[in-house]
Amino acid sequence: MTAALVRALGDFDLAEELVQEALLEAVEHWPKEGIPNKAGAWLLTTARRKAVDQFRRQARFREKLALLEGASMRNDTAEGDDRLRLIFTCCHPALSREAQVALTLRAVAGLTTIEIARAFITSEATIAQRIVRAKRKIVDAKIPYRVPAEQDMGERLEEVLAVLYLMFNEGYLSTAGERASRRDLAEDAVWLAGLMVRLMPEEPEALGLLALMRLHLARADSRFDDEGNLILLQDQDRTRWDRDRIASAIVVLHRAAALRRSGPYQIQAAIAACHAEAGSWEETDWRQIVMLYDALLELMPSPVVRLNRAIARRYLDGADATLPEVDALGGALGEYYLFHATRAELLRDLGREPEARAALARALELTANPAERALLQRRLG
Amino acid sequence: MKYVLLFGETKERAKQWESMPEAQKQAAYAPINQWFERYGSKITGGHELQPERTATTIKFNNGKPVVTDGPFIEGKESIGGYAEVTVADLDEAIEMAKGWPTGGLVEVRPVVDRGEPQR
Repeated sequence: MTAALVRALGDFDLAEELVQEALLEAVEHWPKEGIPNKAGAWLLTTARRKAVDQFRRQARFREKLALLEGASMRNDTAEGDDRLRLIFTCCHPALSREAQVALTLRAVAGLTTIEIARAFITSEATIAQRIVRAKRKIVDAKIPYRVPAEQDMGERLEEVLAVLYLMFNEGYLSTAGERASRRDLAEDAVWLAGLMVRLMPEEPEALGLLALMRLHLARADSRFDDEGNLILLQDQDRTRWDRDRIASAIVVLHRAAALRRSGPYQIQAAIAACHAEAGSWEETDWRQIVMLYDALLELMPSPVVRLNRAIARRYLDGADATLPEVDALGGALGEYYLFHATRAELLRDLGREPEARAALARALELTANPAERALLQRRLG
Repeated sequence: MKYVLLFGETKERAKQWESMPEAQKQAAYAPINQWFERYGSKITGGHELQPERTATTIKFNNGKPVVTDGPFIEGKESIGGYAEVTVADLDEAIEMAKGWPTGGLVEVRPVVDRGEPQR
């Protein structure tokens, strides 16, 4: 196994160190938890995780990680099938979403319960219990350990991707202050999405999700200023965007498009790509973005998608034309801070300042996220 | 593996069902009968239950049985019937439940297996 890691990392000392660490962990865990069925695969997963930890803050981290991923999945179809079975079992719809997330992080990504607990700012006991309960349900209710049949695949894959996207957002949406203490769940989710893509290369929505995650992460560094304040897309320093990651995401998105089965993740990735490729805020192709939202609405006719479409339309048709469209969503989104924040922007555009301030105040009441609150407060002045 | 499918309805729908004219009721049974035929080889028991108003509950107050009128499940839903099914795994039971034709709710519960021979 050290050989596989050396090939992947091109650095013998580091590879050996990682294997050592993985073995140490094995010595700690196996007496308690028993030797996993695939000890070699387990060690490689653990070594990978160690590598991720080491590389996380290094400049060449992504490049190396990509190589490592390639090595751990070296066309071993039997192991690939085994991993898929594991993923689909961990993300079985008969398990709660919380349990799906915890199980997937534990069993597929190889995190320890302590690491998962830290990521979700909860106790180790809570996570351990969640995992034990889920495992018990798998056994007692006889949730099958297999890749779903053809006719169920669409639905089940959707479930897996939803689990990964939730995991990603949990990491990505955490604020700068929290991020220091939290494990980077977003990176774990990207790794898992990459794994899904390698295991199911013909599934365009898995590709779409991977592209979407990469596009979000490419902009992650420019989302907060040094004080931890949220910076909106229009004010972000685009020279800080990770161009390599954007390019790699767009390659993935093209692969998805070539399969000619559109879906919500692909469309959302395409929208993100429109932003990523625009040289400046002013150059954004709003017409294209509104069209993509129309396509998304066909598949996901939700009020939140409508709101996002309206936000884009504002830059195309102006606040005057857009406000009634937003107002119409008041019934469904009255408790959603972004609805009120959007209304405030539109009202301000139209010079209706008192109403704008009232909407901002309402938005402020509805979000607990410190970075979002600070942003709204700045706008209130 | 044995499971029980519990067929639930909102109380409101259960009432509507009860007050339905007989001819309409017969027509409504057709898809249910089809469901039972379709999965006949896997269904090892079950019944439709009479309405909740016929239910009697026995509770034990400090071990002393107390008989009261009504069901013990409180809330908006009531159980309208059940089927015991013998299938390979939860996915197969879920598949059957998804095909249940009346709408409402279906709860899938594995039965306790004490290792007796499969019937």
